[in-house]
Formats: sequence, structure tokens, C-alpha cells
Amino acid sequence: MKAAAYELVRPATREAALERLAGESVKPLAGGQSLGPAMNLRLLRPAQVVDVKRLPGLRQVVEAPGFIRYGAAVTHAEIEDGVVPDAAEGLMRHAARGIAYRAVRNRGTLGGSLAHADPSADWPSVMVALGATIVALGPAGERRIPAEGFMRAPFVTALAPGEIIVAVEVPRIAPGTRWGHCKINRKTGEFAQAIGIAVAAPRRLLLGAVEAPPVLVRAVAEAEAALPWLDAPARTRAGVALARAVAMMEGA
Amino acid sequence: VNEGVGAALPRKEDDRFLRGRGCYVGDIRFPGMLEVAFLRSPVAHGVIRAVTAPAGARVYTMDDLVGVQPIRAPSSLPGFRRTDQWPLARGRVRQVGEPIAMVVAPTRAEAEDVLDAIALDIEELPAATDMLAHQAGPPVHEGWPDNVVLHTLVEDDLSDVAAPIVVRRRLRTARQHMAPLEGRGVVARWDPRLAQLEMHSSSQMVHVTKTGLAECLGLPEAAVRIISPDVGGGFGYKGILLQEEVAIGWLAQHLGGTALRWIEDRREALSAQANCREHHYDIAVHADAEGRILAIDCEAHVDAGAYSAYPFSACLEAAQIASILPGPYVVPRYRCRTWSVATHKPPILPYRGVARTGVCYALETTLDAVARRAGISPVELRLRNLPGPKAMPYVNVTKKIFDSGDYPESLRRAASAIDAAGFGERQRAARAEGRLIGQGFATFCEQGAHGTSVYHGWGIPFVPGAEACQARLTADGGLELRVGVHSHGQGMETTLAQVAHEVLGVPVAAVRLVHGDTAMTPYSTGTWGSRSAVMAGGAVAAACEELRRRVLGMGAHLLQADAAEARFEGGEVRAGGASIGVAEIARVFHRAPQNLTEAMQAEGLECTMGHKTLRDTGTFSYATHAVEIALDAATGRVALTRYVIVEDGGVLLNPLVADGQVLGGTAQGIGTALLEEMPFDAAGQPLASTLADYLLPGATDVPDIEILHMETPSPISRFGQKGIGESGAIGPPAAIVNAINDAIAHLGREATDLPATPERILAALA
Repeated sequence: MKAAAYELVRPATREAALERLAGESVKPLAGGQSLGPAMNLRLLRPAQVVDVKRLPGLRQVVEAPGFIRYGAAVTHAEIEDGVVPDAAEGLMRHAARGIAYRAVRNRGTLGGSLAHADPSADWPSVMVALGATIVALGPAGERRIPAEGFMRAPFVTALAPGEIIVAVEVPRIAPGTRWGHCKINRKTGEFAQAIGIAVAAPRRLLLGAVEAPPVLVRAVAEAEAALPWLDAPARTRAGVALARAVAMMEGA
Repeated sequence: VNEGVGAALPRKEDDRFLRGRGCYVGDIRFPGMLEVAFLRSPVAHGVIRAVTAPAGARVYTMDDLVGVQPIRAPSSLPGFRRTDQWPLARGRVRQVGEPIAMVVAPTRAEAEDVLDAIALDIEELPAATDMLAHQAGPPVHEGWPDNVVLHTLVEDDLSDVAAPIVVRRRLRTARQHMAPLEGRGVVARWDPRLAQLEMHSSSQMVHVTKTGLAECLGLPEAAVRIISPDVGGGFGYKGILLQEEVAIGWLAQHLGGTALRWIEDRREALSAQANCREHHYDIAVHADAEGRILAIDCEAHVDAGAYSAYPFSACLEAAQIASILPGPYVVPRYRCRTWSVATHKPPILPYRGVARTGVCYALETTLDAVARRAGISPVELRLRNLPGPKAMPYVNVTKKIFDSGDYPESLRRAASAIDAAGFGERQRAARAEGRLIGQGFATFCEQGAHGTSVYHGWGIPFVPGAEACQARLTADGGLELRVGVHSHGQGMETTLAQVAHEVLGVPVAAVRLVHGDTAMTPYSTGTWGSRSAVMAGGAVAAACEELRRRVLGMGAHLLQADAAEARFEGGEVRAGGASIGVAEIARVFHRAPQNLTEAMQAEGLECTMGHKTLRDTGTFSYATHAVEIALDAATGRVALTRYVIVEDGGVLLNPLVADGQVLGGTAQGIGTALLEEMPFDAAGQPLASTLADYLLPGATDVPDIEILHMETPSPISRFGQKGIGESGAIGPPAAIVNAINDAIAHLGREATDLPATPERILAALA
């Protein structure tokens, strides 16, 4: 199938982009790896598509002492390849490597994945586990939103109409900090059926790909009780993913 | 360098494929070409009340296609119920995705805009989706008392079989989609000069398609030309005559010259087009206390979908089950009843391996249960039931003639390669550590290149006869081979050139294969049934032998030698101390014919020769697949840790090409075993319409596969070669599920249904 007719605009400035994004039936486009298929299947029919990935700063990475600020249009492949630094002692590179397949990783972006807010995608879980902050740009300027709570529901975020993600600030974890990551899926690169992430310090245990925003728990034993909306096999799967992430973190 | 039969030459065609220079239907452009899109049924069963097109749009329904006949693929088997598959639905739809209207626009996107604007008034009716409920569901075709397309019986009264071991299993194989990388596609135009429909279609059997298309359109066959360019995978999916081909063919004719293009997209392929493989088995194996088979008793159902697809028909799959269920074994007594059942789903058609994949799965998994009951290993059980080399040729219980080979040896070599003897200890050690590992085996044979006597009995729209090759030496010493089969991954541009080299000595580089064009090649039923290496290979040899005879005569004449003293050696004619090469003889014939006799000039250096095998009951290749798996009991996921195949394809024309065939088929078989499933809901809606839902094996799902070859010549083929094109896709589900069951047998558990998904394995373990 082919997309319904739409106008592609490539604004040069943030101001021009915000002006366009304030209109009716508009979608921002970054890597297009979710928006593209949805438009081709005519599930989405925006009148205008605003290409934001060339906006100033969206491809920029800034290293601060306590955190790294990633431009929203940094690609999965750039994280996977180490082209940009990893704030999390290899966890980001590890997670990036498991996203879909290379062609998708070449184009798909960190910010796009977070804005799309598919619960079974990787970055929505990883960023919560790392206590990241999402930087949004709207008519009132930039605002900062904690990754935890950014996804309100599947495919629903805290972004206001006309707002886009411009950057993600990921706190640095201390050198040598151990972490564990386990993604359960039917085959390499497929969407996750469960994601478990464990970070030793600051200690966070996360259950992801749970048909809802990711859930933080204090112990593996709490996992199944924390997911009452899932059926029993999915709850078990989530618990297995977290247990394996913890085992990996502990070097077991 | 040996370039003949048996040489492991890299494939000639890969030069263009690896450089991205292949030319597929989607690469073909004509000036002013328009795009076609199809309005497809959103319901599985319904009555069309009205199709209202937007003003000014070019929309065609069946009412517009005056004089066009439905696609019909009947079988003459007694009791077969015929279906009419109209190119565009006429009044009623019987599957989701059935074409209802055809839209033409300058681009595909604009054509889809028109589809969006069409008002379709359709009354949805209850759908028949369960093949086992063939007496209960709503009839798929008006006037049918039930939904049985064909019921077949292989009868035997087994009441006197007193077996100490009787193992009965109910097993299911999933409905699948063949999923070639390239889908179907058509570019068609009417050629006013030739008064001919020129259709470029991604097809593996152009001549059969031409016949069917001419019949539906009411055109003389000479007014239809089908060209199949490079094809990105066939697998049976490219064998059927499409409703879209008929509809577009009609429109191209009526537009009088404007080219039309339709390229199937993945969603159409997954949700609207033909499926395969959906079987249900209720099978019982009777055995003595030592595990020797006494009898097999089976009731099998095949979900045939809504229509009998052209040309293989809705009955081939189930009828094949009845004829091949006994597999490679010595089976004294046999009863099998089959039902081909119509449902409101896409038609089923033969996919690589056809019914063998399902049959092998049913029998081999049940045999492993017999081995467990008898307390012997799966290897030992099979060795006790396979015919030995001294029994060859062996005529089995369904009168199949296994032509040659040492079936038990394939199993012994596989067992040795995968260390079956030492596995029990490793398995116990793994269990002690809480890990589940298993080994599984599947032994099977594959009938290939079966011909006239096998097919005329089905009474379906085509019967293969002799296979033909037209061979032509050109003035520069080159050799053109024109064949009616199609090469789309089989490497025939290389292997058939090797055959020609073997016979005529022409360098492989100077041989050009022409295929995939009804106007350029002799008639053939095409590429299917693992037949091309045997049949087209034999035809190329026959044509080259005839050319060799003529070249020998001309060469002797030019050498002024007695024809009886001349001989053909090393690609030249030699007599006494003198010699003359094929290229020089070809030059003389074309450019200095005065140096030849009148009779030699008249006979020429171009001929068409037909070939049949010495007996047309088929070559029988055979193989053993041996696999080792690790099963993650917490997630239900299976990892393939070893995969060994011992394959006897007779004399291999080119071992590299044979390996490629086996590897590709095995990857598909792994998909059948673990991943691929086309589910439908109770209303007949397909639930896997994208590749996010329909999971195909990727590089990480296919382990390193070790292939060991045996090469027992077939006594019936020209060089001893056997058909193996489908083999790889047959064994994996049986071998893999046997390995899964071996891993969990100590828990008293068994997997029964394909694919063996994590959910199914967890359910079996629960």
C-alpha cells in the first residue's frame, strides 16, 4: 500500500517547525520507522508531515559532568556503534543492538521511539531504568519531563499538542556500575514480549513491554503482583525477564 | 578445469544478482504505463449489494469483463466438486481479500485513493473456518450439501492386525504463507502489431499460465505471450494463475496498447493470496514389540480454502497425503482416508515439499512415540523399518518405486555425525544442571520429476509429458539453450550449461540459457515438483547429443575423413591426426555452407529434442535430518544447537547448487517448525497481515547446517541425478519437534502442533 497524499515540509528553524506543528493534521517525522509503515498502511493520514530531524541541535550530543544530552534525532545505529558516548556503561549500546534490524537502526531515532511510545519498544524502558529526562520543545519553549511517567499509556505520552522531543538527558552511572538486560521475543529483532532491566546504582529494577508504561519494582519477587492487567503467562514472562536481568547484573 | 556434470562451479547468474542487476517485474517500465489496484473483500463470506465508484474514476467490476470465463481447476477424481473462481467477484465473496473491483490510475497511490472512495455495500454472512467441521459450517459454494471438495480412501480392513504397540496422535500443521522475497507482479500490454497480449509476470510456469489465461480470456494461445523475468523465489506461490492476471489481461487487451502494472504488496500477499500446509492428522501406528511397523491407519484433513486454484487444484494436497504417508518405510498394511475441505479462506496450493512436510511431521513424530513405547532409540526404530540397499528398487505399500539408494546408511551417517551414541550422557548431565536438551531425527524420501503416468491420474488441468530443449549453435561457436522451465534460485543458467558442456564440450561461459518466455521456449509445464535438474537436464543432454551427432558428421566431412572413423573428443571432432573444433564447424555452417553437403545444410545446427526418464514414476532422493536443541523451559524458546543433513540427491550436477537448495529449503522448514503461522478468527479474518505478525526465519534463526552427501545414481535419469529442490523444507518440522519431545519426554510431555511456538511449548510443559 502507498500513503495517502500529504505535504512534506522541512523547516530550517525550530520556530518554523513549531509553527507548522501547531496546525491541524500534522505529524512530526524523525526516522520514519514507525510513522512510515503506519502511513503506508493508511492507518495514519496526516495532511502535513514535518521533518524535524535536521532541526538545529537534534543531532547534537553534549557531554556534561553528570549527564549526557542526546539530540532526539540520534539514531539507534549511532548508539549501537559507539559513534556517540554511552552514559550507562554499555547498557545503551547493548539495548540499541537489539532493536529491530540494521536497516531500521540506521534510520530510527531515540526521540522518535520515545515519542511513538510503543510499550514493546526498547528506549521507553531503558530511559526509565536510567532515570533519564526528556526535553520537549513547544510554543512555550523547552520543558523537561522525567522519563518515568512520560509514557502515559500505550502510544500516549506527556507531550502536549504541537510539542516535540528535542533531546534526552541521561544521567551518567558510575564507572564499573553493573547492569543487566533481558529481552524476550520470538526472534532476534522482533518486538519484545518482555523486557527486564536491572541497574545496580542507583538501583532500579524495571519491567518493560508489559502492554503499559514500564513498571519499576524493588525486587524480582514483586514482579508478577505488579502486573495485574497481564494474563498469567505474560506475568510469568515478565518475571523471568527481570530475574535474568538481575542475574546478569549480579554476574551469575 | 572440469566444467561438466559434478563440477562445483560458482553460479553464472550470481554476477548480476550480487551486483543488484537482476531484472524483476517491478523493474519493468513502459511509457505511459498505468497502475492497477484491487478493491478486496473485507469479509470472508458475503453478498455484494452494490459497488459505487466515485465519479470520473476508472473502476471495473466483473460486470464489465464481458465474455471472461472463471478460473477452473477441476480434477477428474470421482466426487470432486468444482469451483468457479471469477477474476473479480460475481455477486458473492468467499475469502477476505477476494478481488471485487479493479482500479486504474497514473500511480498506485492514486489508485488506492480511488479504492478509498468506492462505496462497497456488502452483507456479511457466517464463515466456515474449521476444516474438521465440514458437515456443519455454512456451505462455501451454493448448492453443496457440505464443504467436502474431495474425499479419498485407501481402504484396508485392519481389524486383524494384532499389535502390541498402538500409538495414536492427533496433530496439526499450521496454515502458512509461502512468503517469497518478491511477491507476485504483472506488467501487461496489448501489442497491436502482433495482435498479442504481452504479459510480464513473476511466474515459475509460464506455459501453463498462458494456457489458462487464454482459456479465461477466450483468446487463441498464439495471442498470449507470457514473459517471466528474474523471479525472487517461487516455492509454488508463483505457480498459480491469478485472478489479477486474468483481470489485467482483459483490461490490457481492451485498452489497446497502454501498459498496466500491478505489483502485489506484502499486505496483499499475506492477507489475500494463496496459503499452504494446513493439515490435521489423526494417525495410529501399529507396531510389534520390537518396534517394527505392522500397519498405519490415518484420517487426514486439508483446509483447501475457498477455490480450486489453477492448475494444481484443491485435491492435490490431500490426495498426495494418501499416497505418500507411509514415507520411506516398509509398511505391510495401510489405511488412509482424506478430506479436502472448502473453507472461507484463501485457496491452498502446493508449497515447497507440498504434502510431504506435513506427512513427514505426522509419521516421524508418531514413530518417535512408538520408539519410546518400545524402549528403543529413534535411530534403532528407523533402522528396523527402512528398506535396505538390497531391496532397491523397492515398491512400497502405495506402489511408489524407490529407485535407488541406501536409506539406513543416511540415518547411520547422520547419527554418527551428531554423536547420537554419546548424547544420552550429555542429556543426563544437562538435566542435572537444570537444562533441557534433545536430539531429533527425521528420515524421508522425496519423489521428484514424476511425470505423465503419475499426473494423468489426477485429471487436473495439466499433465507433464516429455521435457524439451531447443539447442542452437551460433556462428561464433556459442550455444543457446531454450527451455520451458524457469530458473529462480535453482541455478539452472549454470547447471544446464554444465550439462551442455558435458555433452558438447562448449565452454560454460559460451552457453546462454533462454527461459521464462512462452514465445522463445518450447512448451513445458515449468518448474515445480523438483523436476528441472532431471527433466530439463535430460532435455539439454538430448538436444546437445543430437547437435553432437550433426557436428560429428560435418566435422568428418570437413576433415575429409570417413564418418565412421571420426570421433567426438575434448570438444572437437578428430579423425586420424586431424581435428576441428565445434566453433569452427559452427562458423562453416553459418558463413561457408558451400563447404558442407546439401543434407548437412538442411539439417542445420539447431534442434528441439524431448526427454523423459526411463520410467516416469519419479526419482526418489532421500535424506536424514538430525538436530540438537536446547529448550528454555522458562520461556519456551527453542535454540537449534546442531543441524546435520545427510542427503542423497543421486549424481549432483553441481554440489554448490545442491547445497544452496538444501540450505534454503531447510531455512523454510525451520520457519514451518518454529515460527510461521497464518491464523484466522472465527469470522475468517486473517490475523497475520504484516511481517510483524507473520514471523519468518531470519539469519539468527538458522544455525550452521552441516550437509553430508551420498551420491547413489538414479537408474532412470540421464546422469543419475535426482530431484532435491524441495527436500530441505520437508525434514525440519519433524526433526525439530522430535528433538523437543526428546528434551521433555522424561517429564511425560509432548508437543503436537506446528509451529512449536513458545506458547505451545509452555502449554505442553504446564
